[in-house]
Amino acid sequence: MNNRCVIRFTGSGGQGVILTSVIMAEAAVLNGNKTVQSQSYGPEVRGGLCQAYTIISNEEIWFSKPEKADVLLALTQASLNKYYRDTVQTSVIIADSGLSVPGDCPASKLFRLPILETAEKVVGRLMTANVIAAAAINTLLDLFPDEIMRKAVKMHIPAGTEDLDMKAYEEGRRLAEKAKS
Amino acid sequence: MKKNVLMQGNEACVEGALKAGMRFFAGYPITPSTEIAETCAVRLPRERGVFIQMEDEIASIAAVIGASVAGKKAMTATSGPGFSLMQENIGYAALAEIPCVIVNVQRCGPSTGMPTSPSQGDYMQSRWGTHGDHPVIAVSPSTVSEVYTEAVRCFNLSEKYRTPIIFLMDEIVGHMREGVEIPDAETLEIINRPYSDVKGISKTCYHVDEGEWVPRMLPFGEGQRYNITGLLHDESGFPTNDHAAAKKLMERLMSKISSNYEDIVRVEELLMNDAEISVICYGGTARAVKEAIFEARKYGVKAGMFRPITVWPFPEKELYPHLSRLKHIIVAEHNNGQMLLEVQRAAERSVTVSFIGKIDGTLIRPEEILQKINEVQHDKNQ
Repeated sequence: MNNRCVIRFTGSGGQGVILTSVIMAEAAVLNGNKTVQSQSYGPEVRGGLCQAYTIISNEEIWFSKPEKADVLLALTQASLNKYYRDTVQTSVIIADSGLSVPGDCPASKLFRLPILETAEKVVGRLMTANVIAAAAINTLLDLFPDEIMRKAVKMHIPAGTEDLDMKAYEEGRRLAEKAKS
Repeated sequence: MKKNVLMQGNEACVEGALKAGMRFFAGYPITPSTEIAETCAVRLPRERGVFIQMEDEIASIAAVIGASVAGKKAMTATSGPGFSLMQENIGYAALAEIPCVIVNVQRCGPSTGMPTSPSQGDYMQSRWGTHGDHPVIAVSPSTVSEVYTEAVRCFNLSEKYRTPIIFLMDEIVGHMREGVEIPDAETLEIINRPYSDVKGISKTCYHVDEGEWVPRMLPFGEGQRYNITGLLHDESGFPTNDHAAAKKLMERLMSKISSNYEDIVRVEELLMNDAEISVICYGGTARAVKEAIFEARKYGVKAGMFRPITVWPFPEKELYPHLSRLKHIIVAEHNNGQMLLEVQRAAERSVTVSFIGKIDGTLIRPEEILQKINEVQHDKNQ
């Protein structure tokens, strides 16, 4: 891992992108890294634009609100349209496959993954899209060992959804492996 | 063994408070403090404590005062609009000497403002929000770990000096998650208020023993009968118009804080030993300042950070030794210049004081502080 990695998670309120960022931060703590996680949203949470971010580093992190992201996850067109500019040439964008990336996007690496479709049709519940995204990001960037990620996911999902979320996790991993190859 | 766990600032506030012995919370959830009420609602019943969601913030602080009078360590949490509503009863707790902790996770703007945006606009309100001369202690943390340890200290100060404590958080720290090293229980000092063993009717419930700063009262319901009032009172706890009694009470209320300044005040000094330019800041703002200071040092600029953790009383005695060496002070805060006034007062025109602030809900960024440092460095060299 680079010394400092900023991952921004964006989508529509209710999709669970804040939880995805919390899972990544949890994995960072379990892995012995330094991390800061936060989020911003308007007064209307559900349906509104939502962004969260996790900074992962091997050194202390002080200032906590980054402008440029090394990795951008976008689950809606509105969130992609708003945040694609806050990337740099080396940034990685992971967008839901239904979205189109504007031509003047600075980031050079783009992965289009059917995150929402997989959640709804393969796993069987749209709400698992955030776990699919967490697994996909981790696999694409090779951030944390798999067992640490699974543990982090299990620490933050509601009781009784373990089987479903582990299935989602596997699907996320699979999507990323396929995209990588 | 210290445990390293991922925690949000608002959650750490509750965990620290529970560790200190908080067993009663009454509040009206408000962004950006809502997670404090939510976490209390989950955690308190498991600790045989009580959580009540009240109809508003006036009722919340009133319930907290009532619980404290009955002997519980009690807390409420709010943001600007609720903090304004609580002011009258904060004064009551200060005068009646009822320990309690009021958390204010500051949001941007006056009135209902911008609920999810950061600010430090309640710094002066935390000192002067309630009317009349009164003692105040306010504490402002800048990391999630510090939220935990300072929440414990807030309760300790509150119990020791029988006074309301303002835990002045901000949205930056309240909504942030980071790894927290939970201190071992045995390393944390937990202070409980002093009690008397007098039962029955007490005519001297507000009497203060020689060498002590606060009265020893039994909690309501434990057999001691006494009066509590928001009117100035004598040792019996009943109202008085006697000026000598009023003077005695008021002077003790003020001096129990001012005479114990060293015990109450806490600051962080970063690279201040040889600093010629000092950035003074507190709370979440310090996170940007730290980055700027480290960066400035890389260019050979002798910059340091002076960060009050106890923000009221203002830690002027800690600042004094630096004044003769400092060439410039920059105050950085997310408001229009509030602690700035305290710094200017303490510096007494011996050092030039400039200001960098934001009032639009955005954050002061490290590069903006660095630019300010470079500007004043340039002026210094002219």
